[in-house]
Amino acid sequence: MLASLLHRVFQAALILVAMTVIVFIGVNVIGNPVDILISPQADQAERARIIAELGLDQPLWRQYLAFVSNALQGDLGTSYIFNQPALEVILQRLPATLELAVFAMLIAILLGIPLGLYAGLRPESPISRTIMAGSILGFSLPTFWVGMLLIMVFAVQLGWLPNGGRGETVTVLGTQWSFLTVNGLTHLFLPALNLALFKTSLILRLTRAGVREVMPQNYIRLARAKGLSNRRIIFVHALKNVLIPVVTVVGLEFGSVIAFSVVTETIFAWPGMGKLIIDSINVLDRPIIVAYLMIIVVLFVVINLVVDVAYTLLDPRVRLDGTKGA
Amino acid sequence: MTDTFSNPIESPVTAPTVSPIRKLVRQFSRSKLALAGLAVLVAICLAAIFAPLLSPQDPYDLMQLDIMDGQQAPGSTSLGHGFTFLLGTDDQGRDMFSAILYGLRISLGVGLTSAIAAALIGATLGMIAAHAGGRTEAVIMRIVDLQLSFPAILVALMILAFLGKGILNVVLALVLVEWATFARAARGSALVESQKEYIEAAVCMGLPLRRILLRHLLPNCLPPLIVIATIQVARAISLEATLSFLGVGVPITEPSLGLLISNGYQYMLAGYYWMSLFPGIALLITIVAINLVGDQLRDVLNPRNRS
Repeated sequence: MLASLLHRVFQAALILVAMTVIVFIGVNVIGNPVDILISPQADQAERARIIAELGLDQPLWRQYLAFVSNALQGDLGTSYIFNQPALEVILQRLPATLELAVFAMLIAILLGIPLGLYAGLRPESPISRTIMAGSILGFSLPTFWVGMLLIMVFAVQLGWLPNGGRGETVTVLGTQWSFLTVNGLTHLFLPALNLALFKTSLILRLTRAGVREVMPQNYIRLARAKGLSNRRIIFVHALKNVLIPVVTVVGLEFGSVIAFSVVTETIFAWPGMGKLIIDSINVLDRPIIVAYLMIIVVLFVVINLVVDVAYTLLDPRVRLDGTKGA
Repeated sequence: MTDTFSNPIESPVTAPTVSPIRKLVRQFSRSKLALAGLAVLVAICLAAIFAPLLSPQDPYDLMQLDIMDGQQAPGSTSLGHGFTFLLGTDDQGRDMFSAILYGLRISLGVGLTSAIAAALIGATLGMIAAHAGGRTEAVIMRIVDLQLSFPAILVALMILAFLGKGILNVVLALVLVEWATFARAARGSALVESQKEYIEAAVCMGLPLRRILLRHLLPNCLPPLIVIATIQVARAISLEATLSFLGVGVPITEPSLGLLISNGYQYMLAGYYWMSLFPGIALLITIVAINLVGDQLRDVLNPRNRS
């Protein structure tokens, strides 16, 4: 168990190293770092001084080592726009993104599981067919387009909800949260719904497939033969087994929700990391871009690692010795 | 007993022989929805190809634009040219109908090019992995796993952040995002197919490796790849639209549907809904039509459904 865990951690570390190389090459080899890092107004002497100061006259492998050792000390450069350490700028916006992602996931679960249960228990009913057709739309519609429609209908035409921003926030534990005020919740609802749509379709389909697979099985028949109530059979006996893949997917997809928040945050002017990265790409604030990519990579590697480890703890049939994948 | 023995010899002659392609067409036509999707898709492709003939103006010829026609509602008549703006105009007096037709060309072009390129690269690598085995397979499939563990939009954003805007850069980003799906599918079906007797027979006949791979293995691995390619075209169009909407995709001089939506979006809150809504509907119809066709193709080409 410990050996396999160490093996997985080692693999995760390898992926991290590979990604730092890719990001480093992307910034320093594909894009010309001199043009990026030095203001166009600088004269020749100034350029030469800054190039030497930044170590850009060093061989590439030495630059890479400097980059990594700085990164390990939490120094990913200074933002040109904010004139603050890039890491700090991003971490300030992390809570807003996390808040949005968590609420989106909650909406996806609260909508997806009941709808999927219904569609799985009554596959032939017209309501189920509507639910399934709706889930196809949920997969096909681009997130940004749904977000626009939501703003158009609920913010512009009906005027029920605000069209962007975070609204009033409350400071708890040193960070600001929107979900603790009524005004903040109204601001949170539309973007969270927008972000949740795709995941709702996914969870709905998984639940439906699970229900259809589980219901004809023997232990459900046994429960029926014992004369248990229909409600108990569905919510205790069936749901437990249906939820296993759903829980996995919720864990794995959390990272992808954070990735897709790039789109939702931009549309709803939600001041999180996603909006920051798009703004930074548009003004070529490279330290922010690099720092964002590094944080996201770490986040994904950690999520994958946690899900992998959770698998072994939950299901002893899965072994982490690396023989299953290859 | 003698009857049953003679039957197998005679039956191919007496039974009406149906060509496999005709059978596929017949199976495909069973779903009216998929047929409708196909019809819409063909219409959209034709509209994109013949955009210069169908559109009342060349939306990117500045000589044909009149700022006096700016922000006209759908159905209003051009002041200088006399034709009707079916879907309204944008802020510079550009006919939205024409802009959408030209935008479709870019969206479809980017989607098709990237999906085909990704299919070629992915299928080749997948089949190489399946055939070579050992370390080659491990390396290729690890890269595939790594690639697929990151969401497509992040990978694409990362590449475009390095390379900058541009149609070619978008295509490159989409190819890099999509090849892994093809590689995984191609390896999977190549592994299954290469266990079968006809491959064994081909090997026993001493055919050259290239011939076995290209003429025997590839055609039998194609069905799942075709289905994935169809769905991937829709995904690519959707992703390109998203990237362009975010302002990191195609340049302003060659607007795809996503960029049209993005340009119109700033006027949407002011009530000029048509600049953004109609390109959006065009995008939507395209994606849904491709997905409908892809779904039905999956059912038709699935060997489990062959009776």
